[in-house]
Amino acid sequence: MTDIASTTVRISARPETAKRDIGIKRRYAAERRFRAYGIAAISTGLFFLALLLWTVISNGYTAFQQTTITLPIEFTEKVVDPKGERATDGKVLLTANYPLLVRDALVKQLGIDASKRPQVKQATDMVSASSRTLLRDMVVADPSIIGKTVPVTLLAEANIDSAFKGQIDLKVDESKRKVKNQQVTWMNQLAEAGVLKKSFNTGIFTFGASSRPEAAGVGVAALGSFYMMLIVLVLSLPIGVAASIYLEEFAPKNRLTDLIEVNINNLAAVPSIVYGLLGLAVFINFAGMPRSAAVVGGFVLTLMTLPTIIIATRAALKAVPPSIRSAALGLGASKMQTIFHHVLPLAMPGILTGTIIGLAHALGETAPLLLIGMVAFVVDYPGSPMEPSTALPVQIYMWANEAERAFVERTSGAIIILLIFLVVMNLGAILLRRRFERRW
Amino acid sequence: MSTSLLLLLIVVIGFIAYFAGRTRSLALSGGKLSNLHSLPGYHGSYVAIWAMLPAALVLGAWLIAAPVYIDGSTRATLPDTVQSQGPAAVQLALGQVKSVAGGLLRLSGEELAALESGSANLRATLASKGVALAGEGDPYMVTVAKHFNAMTATNRWLMTAAVLLIAVAGGVYAIRNVAARFRARNQVERVILGSLIVASSIAILTTVGIVASMLSEAGRFFTMVSPLEFFFGTVWDPRFAAAGSGGASGQFGLIPLLAGTLYIAFVAMLFAVPIGLFAAIYMAEYASPRLRSTAKPLLEVLAGIPTIVYGFFALVTVGPFLRDISAQLNGLLTGDYQNFIQAQSVLTAGIVMGIMLIPFVSSLSDDIITQVPRALRDGSLGLGATRSETVKKVILPAALPGIVGALLLTASRAVGETMIVVLAAGVAARMQINPFEPMTTVTVKIVNQLTGDLEFTSPQTLVAFALGITLFVITLGLNIYALYIVRKYREQYE
Repeated sequence: MTDIASTTVRISARPETAKRDIGIKRRYAAERRFRAYGIAAISTGLFFLALLLWTVISNGYTAFQQTTITLPIEFTEKVVDPKGERATDGKVLLTANYPLLVRDALVKQLGIDASKRPQVKQATDMVSASSRTLLRDMVVADPSIIGKTVPVTLLAEANIDSAFKGQIDLKVDESKRKVKNQQVTWMNQLAEAGVLKKSFNTGIFTFGASSRPEAAGVGVAALGSFYMMLIVLVLSLPIGVAASIYLEEFAPKNRLTDLIEVNINNLAAVPSIVYGLLGLAVFINFAGMPRSAAVVGGFVLTLMTLPTIIIATRAALKAVPPSIRSAALGLGASKMQTIFHHVLPLAMPGILTGTIIGLAHALGETAPLLLIGMVAFVVDYPGSPMEPSTALPVQIYMWANEAERAFVERTSGAIIILLIFLVVMNLGAILLRRRFERRW
Repeated sequence: MSTSLLLLLIVVIGFIAYFAGRTRSLALSGGKLSNLHSLPGYHGSYVAIWAMLPAALVLGAWLIAAPVYIDGSTRATLPDTVQSQGPAAVQLALGQVKSVAGGLLRLSGEELAALESGSANLRATLASKGVALAGEGDPYMVTVAKHFNAMTATNRWLMTAAVLLIAVAGGVYAIRNVAARFRARNQVERVILGSLIVASSIAILTTVGIVASMLSEAGRFFTMVSPLEFFFGTVWDPRFAAAGSGGASGQFGLIPLLAGTLYIAFVAMLFAVPIGLFAAIYMAEYASPRLRSTAKPLLEVLAGIPTIVYGFFALVTVGPFLRDISAQLNGLLTGDYQNFIQAQSVLTAGIVMGIMLIPFVSSLSDDIITQVPRALRDGSLGLGATRSETVKKVILPAALPGIVGALLLTASRAVGETMIVVLAAGVAARMQINPFEPMTTVTVKIVNQLTGDLEFTSPQTLVAFALGITLFVITLGLNIYALYIVRKYREQYE
């Protein structure tokens, strides 16, 4: 179309330009510039999209690998239960000095002199402090382990992890980096012995909040997000569909329904943080619900998602042709039967697509959750939506505020996980639309 | 009986009622369904609704009302020494009594007797059962707690009996109504319609809730700080919301926050509008269908990315990049490698927010540009105008009101955006015009004032609601005006 139009213009214009200048060159130059602006604009947009994704992925793909150190740990009775009173006092096993076991094993493995304290300290710093709970849980779960030597896979400390992944520039002066030369030598020594190695990081999927990057994961936050999504789905889908059916099919056209319509359109554009204030004032202060609980987050996100679902559902109901309604009514169905037996099933793909997109938005929402106290340091999996929990995007926010290099990696890793969820949901919506959409 | 079990029982009664109603209507039909006014399923649903709905409503009302009544009665039984200390002390004592009451249920008979005779320490006894008590606890609490427990038990018993009775009575009443010519379908449909209306009123309730909750909390704030000081104050320095500090100890000036909000939104629009608009024009007027079908969804991916990801992007990429490049530039020009752009600055936040807004501008404008009738385009091209001239002189003027509406909607997004500015704009409330320095926004301060442990009586936390209502009014105004323009414009060509 474009080509034909421009060639015809050119042919007819050619003899003219020789005689008098009507600025055709200038005009075509302007045309080319205008096009170039358009192309530049689109490329800028796509460039930023690519840059954004590249930043996240290049920073984050390493988070799915974790350096571990496998050491033969000797659970000596002298350390775990020096006074031999574990049968009578249950607390002994919980409070024993487990790091000592790690130290002994490490000293033996590296062959360093146990009396040189600074060296020993440097060596033990290579292993994550989370090994204490790991060993404790092992012993508590199975006290018969005491006295035996068992190979245990421990997490490497975050800086060693970074160094082993090659993220720390070892040419920098030793005093300016957190990994010392001695530690690097040991690291390489351990790696050669096959003791220290990289493996797939299951921890990032299962752990909860932790101040130590290597022991921090999104598992707990993901469960909180899952609770909230469940609440949003269970509440917003039926309420949204019911509201749309009333507004689209039953409501008389008057000022009140006009007001509701304007109102819903506005609610869709209210800043999400305002919903957080609403949740704080109504659910927590007025109704006395617990702070930080997934149930409050779910309610707030439900209110936020409802307008999206209502707008999508109304569009889907509107797209069902009136002939379907007339046919059903003509055969003697009541209005309610017409809608629930015929119109609604036909509108279902559109409704579900809108719902999934609304859920995806709710999943990535952070701001309102900050206000209802979900910025919490939650270590354990919440057993129910009433217990304190946090959410995936909030976890990302909290990690983004941490200064350590290893947390940047974790943050990006968590973002990748979040984005994968969103991509899956949106792909589902697209597939649903492709598979079931009908053109009337 | 626990509430969830009671709820389950109601559902079971409902099921039984459904089948009872259905069977009865089938029996009444005499083997010929056409004898019935409504299908048997409707009769069943009618009976089930009568069995479940009133019982559930009573249960709900009871659950709300009973604790209020029990609390009131328990409060009255507290000794006068506590009553005379004012409402706060009574509230505290009530909380303690409740935890004592929870603990009493776990005690054995002898332990209870020991407590009542005063020979055992209340706190120690309860602690051994895993109930932590804040404070020592007084002997009177055991008596009051026993009263509380007795009332709770009676209440549960009464509630269970009443609810089950109502469920059964409703079912029996309804089943007696079932008759061959009974209009069960109309009754059921009326209930469904009612629930549809209730659902659609939630949208209204949300708005009412937003406005009412913010107004009441902001009202409390304005009793402590004068509205004049808030709306026209130029200094934002709220101090800490320390417990017991009481009274207004800081300054709550809205102006610096508003200035930061508008400035950052302005920079973002400056960035997003040209890019978004040109992208929309190119896609609507020039792009081949193939390019359009790939570029448009790709750009819209930007709109689907959570804002926290943009915030992170600003924090680790854009901010440091601007800081370093400004240091290099400064070094080249003056020899002094001092960065003149801060990592957290108006510019950083503005650019990243602009990236987020590109797809809003482009899709909204795209919709509006493609709505301009074909005839206008063809007429202009037919007169010999180039495509760009057509766009500039015909299409854009025709689409202008709609585009302005779209830009206003985008601006309202920019004003209400939170996570990007929280991570990229900084927290210092300053009034200045240098875009390379950090400024803060209304949304950042709402988050700042409301995270952490709070006390809901201090102006430091309540100010968040005053900020919230300001934000709500601004975005609402922008939205209503934008929707009005867009709607009006759409009608022109229809």
